[in-house]
Amino acid sequence: MSLLAAHRPTDWNFPLFLHVFGAMILVGGLFTGATILTFARGDVRFLRLGYWTLLAVALPGYVVMRIGAQWIYSREGWDDLPSGVDDPTWLVTGFIVADAGALLVLIALILGGIGVRRLKGGSGTGLLKATMVIAWLVLAAALVAVWAMSGKPG
Amino acid sequence: MSLTDWILVLHVLSAFALVASMVLFWTLVVATRKLTDVDARITYGRVGDLGGRIIGVGFFGTIIFGIWLAFAKDGYAIWDAWIIAAIILWAIGGATGGRAGAEYQKVLEHAQELKAAGRPAQPGEFRSSSGELMLAISSLAILLLLIDMIWKPGA
Repeated sequence: MSLLAAHRPTDWNFPLFLHVFGAMILVGGLFTGATILTFARGDVRFLRLGYWTLLAVALPGYVVMRIGAQWIYSREGWDDLPSGVDDPTWLVTGFIVADAGALLVLIALILGGIGVRRLKGGSGTGLLKATMVIAWLVLAAALVAVWAMSGKPG
Repeated sequence: MSLTDWILVLHVLSAFALVASMVLFWTLVVATRKLTDVDARITYGRVGDLGGRIIGVGFFGTIIFGIWLAFAKDGYAIWDAWIIAAIILWAIGGATGGRAGAEYQKVLEHAQELKAAGRPAQPGEFRSSSGELMLAISSLAILLLLIDMIWKPGA
């Protein structure tokens, strides 16, 4: 992180902090939720905890990350590029991962929510397994986004 | 991408690993506070073991790649105030995080003893106030470290 802010105007700092902090909480929530769901092996207590971690940690992390992203995007003037000039690859990668990731997280939370409700009746573990797989996929994609945003390839 | 770019990526990924493990540990702390199920506590301990490995990678990755960057990048020096502050915060975070890990290892060993003896646990028996305090200090140090990295006071 040392060089995230090499020579940047100071009023960019807070939006950048929100973006990075939200992304870290998102990654932490995805990692924790997916790990607990992986260790659950059908145990209802662990399945519930894994799901609630995704809902109560990863989702708010995503919201904070995305608000920070849009704010810093605007502050840096990317929304004001001349016509015919495209966003750089690293920025496009970030947007693709964020938008596709949001959709996948929502699907995971809906499936997991139904799964948690069905746990009382003795079913729902399959849906929570699907939630777990999606959470690992989004986590992998998020790490690719971290690579793109910090290394800025191209 | 240059070698320095890759080092920066590894530095940032290490920081993400560090914070992700912190989130994992806080989730486990909250989940085990009132737990009385000995088997569940032992399983939570296995999840915590994984977090311990990841946080180790995070702590060492951030410092090794961070110091590398301080020497590799023009305009930065290891004696810059914000870099020294970062190293101090890293040391506080690491030391208190290590203490928290040791406290929760004792709790896990206690759970294993209860299981071996076939005894149930009482509510709050798996809670460690000193572990929570150490984890809170470690988390605060990491948060301040992130703020220091973004604002770079004195740079």
